[in-house]
Formats: sequence, structure tokens, C-alpha cells
Amino acid sequence: MSERLWDILVSSFPRLLGYGLKVTLPLTALSFALALVISVIVAMIQYAKVPVLRQLCRFYIWIIRGTPLLVQLFLVFYGLPQLGVVWAAFPTAVVVFGFNEGAYMAESVRGALESVSRGQMEAGYCVGMNYFQIMWHVVLPQAFRTAFPALSNSLISMMKGTSLAATITVMEMFRQAQVINGRVYESLALYSETALIYLMFSTVLTYLQRWGEKRLGQYGAVK
Amino acid sequence: MSMIEIRNIHKSFDGTEVLKGIDLSVNKGDVVAILGPSGSGKTTLLRCINFLERADSGEMVFDGERFNLNAIRRREIARIRRKTAFVFQNYNLFLNKTVLENVTLGLTAVRKLPKAEAKARAMDALVRVGMADKVNSYPAQLSGGQQQRVAIARGLASEPEIIYFDEPTSALDPELIGEVLSVMRKLAEEGMTMLVVTHEMEFARSVSSKVLFMEGGRVIESAPTAAFFSNPQQARSREFIRSILQSRQG
Ligand SMILES: Nc1ncnc2c1ncn2[C@@H]1O[C@H](COP(=O)(O)OP(=O)(O)OP(=O)(O)O)[C@@H](O)[C@H]1O
Ligand SMILES: [Mg+2]
Repeated sequence: MSERLWDILVSSFPRLLGYGLKVTLPLTALSFALALVISVIVAMIQYAKVPVLRQLCRFYIWIIRGTPLLVQLFLVFYGLPQLGVVWAAFPTAVVVFGFNEGAYMAESVRGALESVSRGQMEAGYCVGMNYFQIMWHVVLPQAFRTAFPALSNSLISMMKGTSLAATITVMEMFRQAQVINGRVYESLALYSETALIYLMFSTVLTYLQRWGEKRLGQYGAVK
Repeated sequence: MSMIEIRNIHKSFDGTEVLKGIDLSVNKGDVVAILGPSGSGKTTLLRCINFLERADSGEMVFDGERFNLNAIRRREIARIRRKTAFVFQNYNLFLNKTVLENVTLGLTAVRKLPKAEAKARAMDALVRVGMADKVNSYPAQLSGGQQQRVAIARGLASEPEIIYFDEPTSALDPELIGEVLSVMRKLAEEGMTMLVVTHEMEFARSVSSKVLFMEGGRVIESAPTAAFFSNPQQARSREFIRSILQSRQG
């Protein structure tokens, strides 16, 4: 490897990593938090078969799952301003990623809720709890455990997906790689390096997932 | 005066009538055994009485208060449930909670007892069913018999006026049935009011004070236990007792 190339890689690494830590990961964390809230609400509405709201949730899932994420990003960032709705790039990315992954996660959570045996709910009623108390203390924790691997997958795929935010001008890790590359024209080396950092991040997340599964697994209950 | 009285309860599933006008009355301290062949509606009866199913019609008098079983309000249901406990055939312990938490949850979440007091009451209940040494286990780590005893403790902890049991030993391996029945026997001796659906004839005969024999959604015979077993009035009751005793020997 030429010395020049080596220097480029060495000097860009901390920059890219910096953008990864300061933008990509926070963007992932915020979007995931939003997606988690949305998915639990949407899943609970469907689980409880709330009329009207339930149809609304199906509609939301239908739209989101039926259209590409990239198109959703463009629609909100470049399209909505024509209606007078102008958001900065970063919040736009958080909202679009959150609502997008939220739809997929809602299906995981709903499946997990439905896998909790009805007897758990009935036993809760018999000790005098109301619906929300039972959901909170009994059903949701069990569903969370069941949904945990699927939710972890969502988190990892979301982390990688934040690179799409580059297309709506968010200066995150991938866009930073593009910027550096614009100066030095070393696509193969720079994008490999970027890929490596994403790989590091997802490896850590995978490790966290395993740790989480072990912790949640300790009551050895729902299989 | 009876503690609970049920009058003319009806319940259908998809057009098939499963309960065809059942009457039932339980006095304080009674142990009422509900017997009957499979599909006769015993579980449905218990579930309607504890509002896990909504009866199509019928009346309940609980502690002197009268309720329409079909039109009863959520608030009234909650009030009645505070005075009752239910033991399921398959235990239904909260799988994500330890033994201790299973028993305290109703006390802390519903009755808002302070943690320490809830724990003390839970321990009392667990001692009574012989499960005090397993407080930190999860249900999945217990045998069926142990789970069912914890389920009974969960019911006891709320100091109910009556406990409903739906075939509490039917899901258990034969060698585990005894430990559950002996707990129930002890409760009966202590004066607990119980309504017990069971196939355990020996238990019904020796522990219950009254028998309700059901078939096809109707009460065929209702009598004091001794009279029911020694001198059943209805042909169907006689047949049922004989068939059960035969299957036991055979
Ligand atoms: N949720 C339901 N939907 C439809 N039919 C039901 C439902 N629950 C019970 N049934 C029917 O009602 C009838 C009475 O059932 P139930 O479970 O009350 O009988 P059981 O006396 O408890 O029987 P077993 O001794 O087998 O437990 C059965 O024919 C059953 O198929
Ligand atoms: Mg039954």
C-alpha cells in the first residue's frame, strides 16, 4: 500500500469514527427510541382490538411497509416543504427512521403479545388487577422478552440504515466519508474503512443483544 | 344467609347453550364440590361466576348485594373480585415473576399495601402451602404441584371470602396430586369457603360439605355430601358415581 493511501486511511479513521459516535449512533438511538414507543402503542392497539384506531394502525403499517425508506425520506425532506412543512435534516431523519422501523417492530411486538397465554391475563384479573396493570406487570414484560431478538435485529438494521440520511444532507458518518472522498478520490479504501466502522458498531450491538438475551432469559419461562 | 347465591344462570357459545339455568348457593364455611362429566359446563359456570365469561342472564347475590350477571359493571366486578380468588387447572402463575412476586403483586398493585407488609402477608400464605423455601424461584423452575400450591398462596394472600378451584389437580402427575389436595384439605378444616370443580371423588367425599352434580348444563342433583354418596336420588348421579369408582378400580 502506498504511503499516501495509508496516511489517508489513518487520518480519516478518527474523523469517521467521530461522526459515527457523535451522529450515527445518536441518530440511531433517537430513531430507535421513537420506533419503540410507536411500535408498542401500535401493537397494543391491535392487541386490544380498539375499533377505528386499529384500522388506522393497519393503514400506517400498510403504507410504511409498502414504500421504500429512501422515498419516504425524500418525500418528507424535499416534498413536504412545498406544503409549508419545513424540518431540519436531522429531525426529519429521526422521524422518518422512527416511523419506518416502528411499523416493522409493531408487528414483532404484536406477535409477541399474542404469544403470551390468555391465562396470564385471566390470572391477573382474578387477583384484582385491571387491564393496564396486567399489561404493565405481566404481559408486556413477557412479550418484550419474546420480541427482544427481533427488536435487536431492527436496531442493527436501523443503525446501518441511518447511512441513508446522507441523501437528505445529514452529516453523518457515511456522508463524511463522501466528503473526504471528494477531496482524495480513494473510494475503495475509504468506503471499505467506513464499512469496517459500521461492522464494528453492529458487532458491539450483536454482543449487547446476546448479553441482553442472557439477562432476560434468567426466569427460564416462555420459550 | 348464604354468602353467594346464583340464580338461573344461562350461557351460550355460538348458539349452543352450555349453562341452562343453574342455581347455586354457598354458605360461609361451605366446601361445595361441583361434579359432572366432561363438557357438562363446570368450568363455564366458575368462569361466569368470576366474570371471566359474561353470562347471558342470571343473578348473583354476593354478601347480600344483588347483581345482574349480564349487566354487571366493571367497578362492581372489581369489588367482588377483591373478595374472591381463583385457582386454575393449569396454575397460570405469572411466568415473569418469582414465587414471592406472584403472591405480592396483587397486594402491591391492587391493594396498594406497602412492600414490607405485602411481603409479610405473602410469606404467611407461602408458609401455609409449604412453599416458603422457594420464594426466589420462577414458575418454570417448579413442579406442577409446587406451582399449584403457589397459585393457592397467591389466592390466600388477598384474604378472600371464597376460593374457586377449577380442577386444581387435573393437570398434575399422579404423584403430585396429594400435596395439593392436602393443602386444600387443610384450608377446608380452617373454615375457608371453597367452590371446587373436581374429578377427585375421594376428596369430594371426605372434604366437601355439599355436592352439586351437573350434566348437560343443568344441575342434576344438589345434596349434602354424605347423602349424595350414600343415597343419590337421581339415576344419572348413581351411574356417574358408579362409573367413576369403576374407572378408579379398573
Ligand atoms: N369459549 C368457548 N367457546 C365455545 N364453546 C365453549 C367455550 N368454552 C366452553 N365451550 C363448550 O362448552 C361446553 C362446556 O364446557 P366446560 O369447559 O364448561 O365443561 P367442563 O364441565 O368444565 O368439562 P371438563 O370436565 O372437560 O373440564 C363444552 O361443550 C365446550 O366445548
Ligand atoms: Mg372444565
